[in-house]
Amino acid sequence: MTRIDDIFQKPKAKALIAYITVGYPSIEATKEVVPLLVESGCDIVELGIPFSDPLADGATIQKASFCALQNGITPKRCLELAQQLRQEVNIPLVFMTYYNPVFKYGIEKFCYDSAVIGVNGIIVPDLPPDEGSELEAISHKQGLDLIYLLAPTSTEERIEMVARKSRGFIYLVSVTGVTGVRESLTTNLDELVARVKRKTSKPICVGFGISTRQQAGQIARVADGVIVGSQIIQLMQAEDDFTSVCSFVKELRQALDRAQSS
Amino acid sequence: MQPDKKGYFGEYGGRFVPETLIPVLDELEATYREVKNDAVFWGEFESLSRDYSGRPTPLYAAEGMTRHCGGARILLKREDLAHTGAHKINNALGQGLLARKMGKRRIIAETGAGQHGVATAAVCAKLGLTCIVYMGEEDVRRQALNVFRMKLMGAEVRTVCGGSRTLKDAINEAIRDWVTNAQDSHYLLGSVVGPSPYPRMVRDFQSVIGKETRKQIKDKTGRLPDYIVACVGGGSNAIGIFYPFLKNEEVKLIGVEAAGKGLKSGMHAATLVAGSAGILHGTKSYLLQDKEGQIKQTHSISAGLDYPGVGPEHSFLKDSGRVKYVAVDDGQALEGFKLLCRTEGIMPAMETAHAIYYVIELAGSLNKNEIVDINLSGGGDKDIDIVAEAMEAGK
Repeated sequence: MTRIDDIFQKPKAKALIAYITVGYPSIEATKEVVPLLVESGCDIVELGIPFSDPLADGATIQKASFCALQNGITPKRCLELAQQLRQEVNIPLVFMTYYNPVFKYGIEKFCYDSAVIGVNGIIVPDLPPDEGSELEAISHKQGLDLIYLLAPTSTEERIEMVARKSRGFIYLVSVTGVTGVRESLTTNLDELVARVKRKTSKPICVGFGISTRQQAGQIARVADGVIVGSQIIQLMQAEDDFTSVCSFVKELRQALDRAQSS
Repeated sequence: MQPDKKGYFGEYGGRFVPETLIPVLDELEATYREVKNDAVFWGEFESLSRDYSGRPTPLYAAEGMTRHCGGARILLKREDLAHTGAHKINNALGQGLLARKMGKRRIIAETGAGQHGVATAAVCAKLGLTCIVYMGEEDVRRQALNVFRMKLMGAEVRTVCGGSRTLKDAINEAIRDWVTNAQDSHYLLGSVVGPSPYPRMVRDFQSVIGKETRKQIKDKTGRLPDYIVACVGGGSNAIGIFYPFLKNEEVKLIGVEAAGKGLKSGMHAATLVAGSAGILHGTKSYLLQDKEGQIKQTHSISAGLDYPGVGPEHSFLKDSGRVKYVAVDDGQALEGFKLLCRTEGIMPAMETAHAIYYVIELAGSLNKNEIVDINLSGGGDKDIDIVAEAMEAGK
């Protein structure tokens, strides 16, 4: 089984990270699509545990979360599903969710249960490092990487703090805003990545708003990885056999590989 | 009490928000610290509170209601007489001045009953700021009068159709706007909820209610009241009147939440009475949530109380036992509303009517020497349609 760190060991490797909401559009769909994402070239899959009030998410993931909850998805079901997926895929699996479901499940128990089934990391967008000491200590004890986020508004001090505390990689939010497909990204993204690079040698993966191979290729020239979510979810919604999801992911893979060799 | 450095009241509070907002909160906190002892800032706040908002609001001896209840003497702190018809103007004015000081010309607000939206729209009109108000679809329907008021004052009202289509979802959407426009927009949050420094800052702006009450009651009766009763949704009017009395242990403080269709029905908004600790909208506090940590749908006849969270300082005050929290249901609140109309010729907001009903029961059990002070947090003009609907249904 691959750990998150191993993904970034290969020189100049560009990681492709996919986000999906567990249980959207159905539980079966999640089970089917994850191995296909891996086959098509994803290096890490983020499994979104749905929350009723996803305030860092735009319309697409809000809708997916709502639908998943309607489908009866709970953190426990997500853990069961991750355990099944672990038997089928070797890449790192990362949970992404909001703090309240983790808090209510029990921080200690959540980390323990996640680690036991072979989940490798956790991302909690409403838990900045200022509030994260408890989850940090417990997740690290269990060998889970707690991945923190940086944003275009982050100050130099905060970049240093997040760089020091984030494990696995640093999740760099590309825009001031919520998740969701956008036509154009922040113009000074290169500069933003460079600012973070000056403070750390940890891998930097960029997410929020990335929906085309052009955007992915452009980001991969400067960053270590690209995170794509809403566009994948929109494509999943449209069909049963995930043909267009797979071809989209393959395109992203090619764009990243080209950026690596250039 | 003052929260600790990280904005915690005991174990409640904090800043559970996306990274994007942390530097924005730092800036807000720094500006607030800067003005804390700035005589010019508070001078302008006080002068506008007087000439624009109409402060101090009266402390009124409700003799008709007192006679009806047949016990303790009842006094009403008349926040309904403040400009725009509720206590909400105090906080809107304070934060409006703060936003102007920070150079933020675009104001985002959420509203449930519409009172905070109207207060914010008024302050923005006065200070020349752009105003966007998020309001749940259900609340837009049941508080149509306030929607019209906001529009007249130049605010853009954005209807929120997600989730329960009430206050909780309006806050989600306001936060999403804020994350997107953090650099040029100030989120003028309307209650003592949200990430630090909001709970403390909003309390400070609202504590003018308690400070005035303290002086007025001493002038009138020569002593402090035995009870202070206020309704609690997010909890800003309650903390505003409670705060200056916290150290006077002899003054009993009671917060009244919405029991909706009854606590057993599950259709209520009694967060402190029936909830448990969790994290929502940037703060750790009591919440109404299921066993998986998903936020529950709430219900109350009053839009302003229809919220699954509550301010972290209230959570602290509940656990410490300093404030007692109770719940009053829709039907009882309607009784309270009608009683104040009949005995005093005052129409309270349906939110406040919850506190009125509680006092009807309480005052009757006390003797004539005791004094009960109710924070009459807002007027009921906005609720006429809901009241008519409920009275029709109750026939």
